[in-house]
Amino acid sequence: MSNWALIIYCGLITYLTRFSMIALIKKEMFNDRIRQVLSYVPSAIFPAIIFPAIFIDNSGSLLLEDNPKIIAALIATLIGIFSRSIIATIFSGLASYWFLIFVV
Amino acid sequence: MKSNLKVFLKGILDVSPLMIPVVPFGLIFGVLAIDVGFSPLETMGMSLIVFGGASQIVLLQLFSGGASSLVIISSVGAVNSRHLLYGAVVSEHLSDLRLIWKIIISYFLIDQAYAISNEFLKKNKDQNKYFHLVGAGATCWMIWQSTTFLGIILGAAIPEKLGLSFAVPLTFLALLVNDFRKFINVIVIIVSGLVATLGYNYIPFKAYAIVAGLTGLLTAMILTKMVKTNE
Repeated sequence: MSNWALIIYCGLITYLTRFSMIALIKKEMFNDRIRQVLSYVPSAIFPAIIFPAIFIDNSGSLLLEDNPKIIAALIATLIGIFSRSIIATIFSGLASYWFLIFVV
Repeated sequence: MKSNLKVFLKGILDVSPLMIPVVPFGLIFGVLAIDVGFSPLETMGMSLIVFGGASQIVLLQLFSGGASSLVIISSVGAVNSRHLLYGAVVSEHLSDLRLIWKIIISYFLIDQAYAISNEFLKKNKDQNKYFHLVGAGATCWMIWQSTTFLGIILGAAIPEKLGLSFAVPLTFLALLVNDFRKFINVIVIIVSGLVATLGYNYIPFKAYAIVAGLTGLLTAMILTKMVKTNE
């Protein structure tokens, strides 16, 4: 598949989710139970992007020792828990990563 | 009733504070897209056609890992499934709209616009209240397109040594800040993360993101059920 086709298909699926939610989905279609489970979707899917990007290196092998990304991610998580700020989380993580690779 | 323009401007004003984190997000996207091998035109096209931060970053991440198109598209779908939840809430305010407006608004209905306009839609009874959502969405659109463009230009100037790709997990981590204090969410996060990491090399077709997501959701179903029976 060409890059453009890939982009268009990803755009279509994104658009259709949004369109279906305002044009097709009615409040009555979801009971409390489904709504409750759907609220866990971010917690279920985002870690699948987060964890491999931290623990797995470019060659595809698990990197647990001497990995500044783990420490930086832990610091960002702590800052996130206390500040609840998106921007503070991102920048504290990047700052500690740079500190670890350039200074330490 | 306020004029359409006033409601539109109110939407712009209300959503502005939420645009601060979108700026680095858009820049990072632009820089990374060039980095993993998309042309500047394709990168701009992605922001114009997909117009969704999480979807676009997932696309890049899986593309750079060599995942097949089918896996990339279904993972983008999985990331978007969280939007179905909003539908249940926001659709009741928009049910009287003409189809053409529903078609237009759907393009702009991203997390930030939804979050801020839902408050306004709940409190307001005017017929033109949806202009708030259009104003908020259009603001997000401007910021997202211009920061993508800046990222594309800056991309060439930013050295690879900076390890800016690390901003991807950080951005997603930041989107979970409100879930870190909830017990079930933490368990779900760990289960999904472990499945994705350990299955990275073993789950075929790089479908680890989907498998981990479904395992996480299943864990959430079981845990919420257990908590309920204990009460």
